[in-house]
Parts: sequence; C-alpha cells; structure tokens
Amino acid sequence: MTHPEQLVPHGHVLRYTLRERLTHWVAAGSYIYLLATGLAFWSPWMFWLAAVLGGGQISRTLHPWVGLIFFASVLFMFEMWARQMRFTAVDRQWWNSLHYYITNQDDKMPPAGRYNAGQKMLFWTFFWAGLVLLLSGLVLWFPERIPWSWRWLRYVAVLLHPIAALITIANFMIHIYMGVFAERGAFGSVIRGDVSMAFAKRYHPGWYEEIVGPSEPPK
Amino acid sequence: MSQATLRVQKISGHAGSVPGYDTQRQELVCKLVDTTTCIGCKACEVACVEWNDMPFSPTVFDNTYQTMPETRWNYWNLILFNEHECEDGSLQWLMRKHQCMHCAEPGCLEACPSDGAIVQYTNGVVDFQQDHCIGCGYCITGCPFNIPKLNSVTKRVYKCSLCTDRVSEGLEPACIKSCPTGCLHFGTKDDMKDLAEQRANQLKDHYGLANAGVYDPPGVGGTGVIYILHDVTKPELYGGLPKNPTIPLAVKLWKHPLKWLGNLAIAGGLIGLFVHFLRYGPKAREEEDIRPLGGQS
Repeated sequence: MTHPEQLVPHGHVLRYTLRERLTHWVAAGSYIYLLATGLAFWSPWMFWLAAVLGGGQISRTLHPWVGLIFFASVLFMFEMWARQMRFTAVDRQWWNSLHYYITNQDDKMPPAGRYNAGQKMLFWTFFWAGLVLLLSGLVLWFPERIPWSWRWLRYVAVLLHPIAALITIANFMIHIYMGVFAERGAFGSVIRGDVSMAFAKRYHPGWYEEIVGPSEPPK
Repeated sequence: MSQATLRVQKISGHAGSVPGYDTQRQELVCKLVDTTTCIGCKACEVACVEWNDMPFSPTVFDNTYQTMPETRWNYWNLILFNEHECEDGSLQWLMRKHQCMHCAEPGCLEACPSDGAIVQYTNGVVDFQQDHCIGCGYCITGCPFNIPKLNSVTKRVYKCSLCTDRVSEGLEPACIKSCPTGCLHFGTKDDMKDLAEQRANQLKDHYGLANAGVYDPPGVGGTGVIYILHDVTKPELYGGLPKNPTIPLAVKLWKHPLKWLGNLAIAGGLIGLFVHFLRYGPKAREEEDIRPLGGQS
C-alpha cells in the first residue's frame, strides 16, 4: 500500500494522516484548556487553575472562544470520521467481550476494524456532548442578554453544561489512559502517524486485513 | 469594600474557612419599605446615583412614571410603578422601591465561582467585590430577584451595596436619608420587623386592608429589605415581586448534588484507572514486543 504523503518505516503502516493528526491536536489542546478553566469555574477547590492560566477574568474571556475552536475541530472530525465510526455487528460483539479487553486478553476479542467500539463511543460522545456544550455554552457566554422571562434558559444551561462536560471527562480520562498507558504505540501513532504492523494486527485485526489483504490460510 | 467594622461571614467560591463567621455579636441590619406611603417621588433613586457617584445614564420612557424598565449596573434603585384595577373597579397605583434584597441565603453568592467576589457581612449585607469578579454572570442566574447587572465594558457585575460605606460608619443608607414621606426606615432586623408588623396591623384595623402584611420571604432565609404591602398575598402585582422566592432549583442541583457526584466520579475514575494499571499494566510491554497474535514468536 502506498502513502504518497509520508514515508513510513519498514514494517509500519500509516494510521493517521497529517490532517487527522492536526485536527486531533487542535481538539486536544483546546479541550485541555477548556477542562482546566472549566474545572476552575466548577469548584473553589480548583479555582487555582484559573490563577495559573492568567487569572479568572482571562479564563472567563478565553474559555468561550477556545470552546468555539474546540467545536470547530469536532466538526472537522465528524467530517473526517463519521462514516468510519458507524457501529457494526462486530462492534456489538466487541462490547459484549469488553471484560476480555479490560483484562488484557486481546486474543479473545472479536476483530475490531480501524476503530474499535470503544473508540467509536468516544467519538460519538464527544460529538453529541460537544453540541450540548456549544448550545448551553452560548447561553452561559451571554447570560445578561437572556431576558428575565426566558431565565429558564439559564437554568437549563447551568445544569446541561457541567453534565455534558462530566460525560466528556469520563471519556477523556479513559482515552488518555488507553492512548498513553495501556496501548504502547498508540500515542506515537497520533504524533508520527504510523503504527507497526504488529500493532495493527493485535488491536485492529479487521483494519489489518483491509491493508494486507486476506490472511494466509492457517498453518 | 471590606472594612474593619464589617466582618465577613460568607464568601463566594471559597474553599477555606471564613474569617468573620461567628466571631462577633452583630445585629442584622434591615431596610423597611412601606409601599403604602410611597409617593413615587424618586428621591431615593437620585440619592443612590449621587451617593455612589454613578455616571448618569439615559432614561427610558414607556408611558409610565417609571424611570427605566429595570435596574442597571449604574442604577441600583428603581421605583416600579404598577397600575392595578381592583375587583370593585377602583384603581390602585402601586409603587415599589426595587433593589437588591440582601437575602440571608443569597443565590448570587451561592452561584458565584470566584473566590471573594461576593461576600456577606455579619450584619447581613451582601456585597459585590468587583476586583475579584470574573464577569461570568453566574450571579445573574442565581438571583431570584433579577438584580445583578453586568457592565459590558468592565465585564464586572454591580448592584446595591446597601451603602456599606455609610452603614459601616453608623449612617443610614442614602436612599433612606432622602425619603420625604418616611416610608423608608433603617435599623436592626428585629426593630424593622416590629415596626412593619405594627404598621400592617394598623392598615388592617383602620384602613380596611384585610390582606395587608409584611414581605420577608422565608425561601431565601428572610431578606435585608422588607416590604409592607397592601395585599401581601399578591406580591406579583408590585412589578413581579416573587411570591415565594428561593435560590433556583437548577442552581441548587448544580452546586450541591451534581458537583459532589461529579467530583466523586472524577476522583473515583482516576483511582480506578491507576489501580487498573497496577493490576493489569499495559496491553504489551513495548511496541517491539508486540508479536502478531497466534503467529510464531
């Protein structure tokens, strides 16, 4: 398989194009800023995060703008990946075998494609929660513009915004854990773009088959 | 403005202890507004703007005597004019001095995320500290009376301070001092409640106002501004004074169960992931170690 845009080492395969990696890191950078400033507004015990990031006023001013950047990157991802993120019959089996995945018995997992069911859940959670965060965030951006008779909008927003954020935080923590700690090679793949064929075959056998063609008959 | 004589008993967005809580015996202060003797002269509006050195702002004429539709960041005290037709066909012209109510349980302070941007003194006054305000507007959502107003230039929120600078020196607030009919009183909460009850009884006994009464809503723990109303069963007639104001349910849910459940979930998740890593470790030691599953090693 040829990849005109980038050379990959022998025995490796390109997993993420430059466009995919850039979008990922715009999303990651903006999300981490939103998380830090959001946690500062969430609890007095974490307000020091706002102080570290330039103070409460600056955090309050930038949080919504960075939110727009984040949402734009989510839309980019939707455009790039939505088709690949559709749930399939294999994904349903994958979910039912989740306990094997959690206990590192990957040989007992059904063959995941380019994305496994967990990654698909991450994608859709961030898409839908991102939409809720955008809409409730617009209300929280300009609370003084909401007329008194429409104040229920503010009440809905102050509840929906943290609920959606907490859902993304749960997914984000698992995402970091999987990408940085659990699956060696995953973190490098979203920086350099490539993974080893062994990585592809171990974690994404369905995708591996697509790349190398049908596997040889068993010995 | 923090003063030696004004000790703080509640602080917004604050993680630690509160310096003035329970350290000193202090009387709650209170404004009493008798709507039955208000003549709508607006002297209190002028006195407020003048004493607090606020820039003049244009008025809005909408075919009533009211200066503008609602209070502004630089207009903290507004007489609301309401024409009410009674059941017998007679007309009541209801006027109410509208300003911060200085709730014992302030929704603004509850909602505020910024350490020390809103404080409550031991005399009950709720005061905004603009130098700590981050302009998020959560207080606007938390307030059941539509009081805090954002200045779009400074991005800070402002409201009536109950003239803390005067009160801390033993003076009455500027609005009280300016009132020509004596419909405004200032003193301790106990004294004002007594006076208000007396006046309400007088209205019942001598003026035929069977429903006259005192507005001191318990839903927010009582307020530092109390009203005598001709008909205490219909406070909405006085420019939408809420019948039973409370901190909005959404704000209570957000600041209590949701916050603690969320924090527990985050902490539990972090611990859970860490323990999982200790127990199971990475899926493969090194990338080089990964052998195709089922192949020869």
